[in-house]
Amino acid sequence: MKPKNKQIHKKKSLTGWLFLSPSLAGVGLFFIVPFLVVIYYAMVDNPVQHNFVWFKNFASVLKNTAFQDAARNTAAFSVVAVPLAVLLALGLALLLEAKIPFRSHFRTFFLSPMMVPTASIVLIWQVLFHQNGVINQFTEAFGVQAIDWLKSDYNQLVILTLFLWKNLGYNMILFMAALGNIPKELIEVSMLDGAGSWRQFWRIKLHYISPALLFVTILSLINSFKVFREAYLLAGDYPYESLYMLQNFMNNTFRSLDYQKLSSAAILMSIVMVVIIGALFIAENRFGKDVEE
Amino acid sequence: MKKNLSGTDALRRRDLMRRRGREARLLLARSMLTLIAGFFALVFLLPTVLTFTNSLMSGTELSSNYGMVFSNITASGSGKTFIAQDITLKFIPDMVTFQQYLDSLFKTPEYLLKFWNSVILVVPIVVFQLLVAAFAAYGFARWRGKLQAIIFFLYVILMLMPYQVTLVPNYLVSDWLNILDTRWAIWLPGIFSPFSVYILTKYMRRIPSAYIEAAKLDGANELQIFARVALPLCQSALYSVAILVFIDYWNMVEQPLILLTEPDLQPLSVFLSQVNTGDVGLAFAVATIYMVPTLLMFLYGEDYLVEGIAYAGGIKG
Repeated sequence: MKPKNKQIHKKKSLTGWLFLSPSLAGVGLFFIVPFLVVIYYAMVDNPVQHNFVWFKNFASVLKNTAFQDAARNTAAFSVVAVPLAVLLALGLALLLEAKIPFRSHFRTFFLSPMMVPTASIVLIWQVLFHQNGVINQFTEAFGVQAIDWLKSDYNQLVILTLFLWKNLGYNMILFMAALGNIPKELIEVSMLDGAGSWRQFWRIKLHYISPALLFVTILSLINSFKVFREAYLLAGDYPYESLYMLQNFMNNTFRSLDYQKLSSAAILMSIVMVVIIGALFIAENRFGKDVEE
Repeated sequence: MKKNLSGTDALRRRDLMRRRGREARLLLARSMLTLIAGFFALVFLLPTVLTFTNSLMSGTELSSNYGMVFSNITASGSGKTFIAQDITLKFIPDMVTFQQYLDSLFKTPEYLLKFWNSVILVVPIVVFQLLVAAFAAYGFARWRGKLQAIIFFLYVILMLMPYQVTLVPNYLVSDWLNILDTRWAIWLPGIFSPFSVYILTKYMRRIPSAYIEAAKLDGANELQIFARVALPLCQSALYSVAILVFIDYWNMVEQPLILLTEPDLQPLSVFLSQVNTGDVGLAFAVATIYMVPTLLMFLYGEDYLVEGIAYAGGIKG
């Protein structure tokens, strides 16, 4: 590299762009440019004639019953999974904040599922949730009828346990980091003021971890969209209907290579994501400032 | 005088009793919490531990335990196999055997091949994603203009997009470049994934500018500052990101299902789901082998991992 000339500002920022260029080229080629083409594909009638039909493809995807089912199933899963993933993780983080023995060991144990590949663990999940499996034996002892978990409407519960098992540790670490950022003096002062630990939690901690709370919520929401992986490894390409997720829809559409359908579905989903992410940024800005003041 | 003394004595005693009461309550609360933590620890550890212990059981033992689950299994032992109606979850094998491991490693080279596929797909992605990202992160951290801010924001959005969205553009490009069904279709999008750019930028922004100014006064150019000041200061971040990227791709399922449909090239993560219905004994052994690299990383790099997660969450930095 040529020696840098301090006087010439242009050259200085050119060096900056040089550092960025490999990444920019790759991201541009593999994500940005094809995404623009995807937008184009979503608005033409077929890949050969390129007649603009504007929003017709979007409308037909939205009317597609498979897409509707997949969207409904994904949404139903997220509505249950996200609050649980947030609250349980916060509970675990607070648990590890309490003065209990073996805290660092517990952290290790709680985090370990994250490092186990999903493919390695589905065997055990099948053993647990089979019709004659361990969970049913347990519930039958309490007089509950055995359920074939994976082939019934309860199958989202199977995926939910796997989702929570894998994601709680990650969320917990985020909460622990946030709790660790609370100034110690603040808690000590409130202790002197005689605030009980319950009030202390609501007044101080919740205020400080609100950005983390928001972030974990969004992150869990995004992760809940990715739960296809677990569903696929457990139930395969054509699962029981309530496990048919958006990614299943995409996979099957990839197989028929219907570019128009693929593109419009991808764009619809990206719009939903942008709205969610936008909400995160706005909320984080507002809450973040609140804490600094 | 004497009465007075005994009065303070009583007070002291009452005080002591009260403190003991409080301590007892605290102890009770603490042991309750420990119990809850222990319960969760058990729940979190069991699946992993069970997978491991089951991998040490013989095929016959497994089929007598789980016969119904994997009904179309062919137990490795010849002759009669007892297929149980009920499933019994066993923690400790009747007889420890490494037969499954031997089988998976030597008799059925298919698994070994798939394992190797995983390695060959993941390692270049980790190495080159870090390399590309380190340069980009330095660029983002050192030169901050309006345009850079917009691009960085774009990276963040891309990072958060699920596969349902990003796989379509990736497929298109792979089709154009004629690399569909080759490893390049997994490698290239992986190498340019914006995830590590995001975390490393957050780290590099925290490097005190005094360090960089000092290096500049010594006559170092930007490349030298990058290599000799910025990178060494980010060493722990590089470890964190490497672990996070490795586990992410080691676990990949969506990308190979669409971009790499050639069965001979698919990674073990996809192949394992097909093994499940085959030989259970082998499946448990291979599943265990597949966990080893990531669990080893966890064992040696837990602190880096934790730090990386905290940074990814934007809670630090």
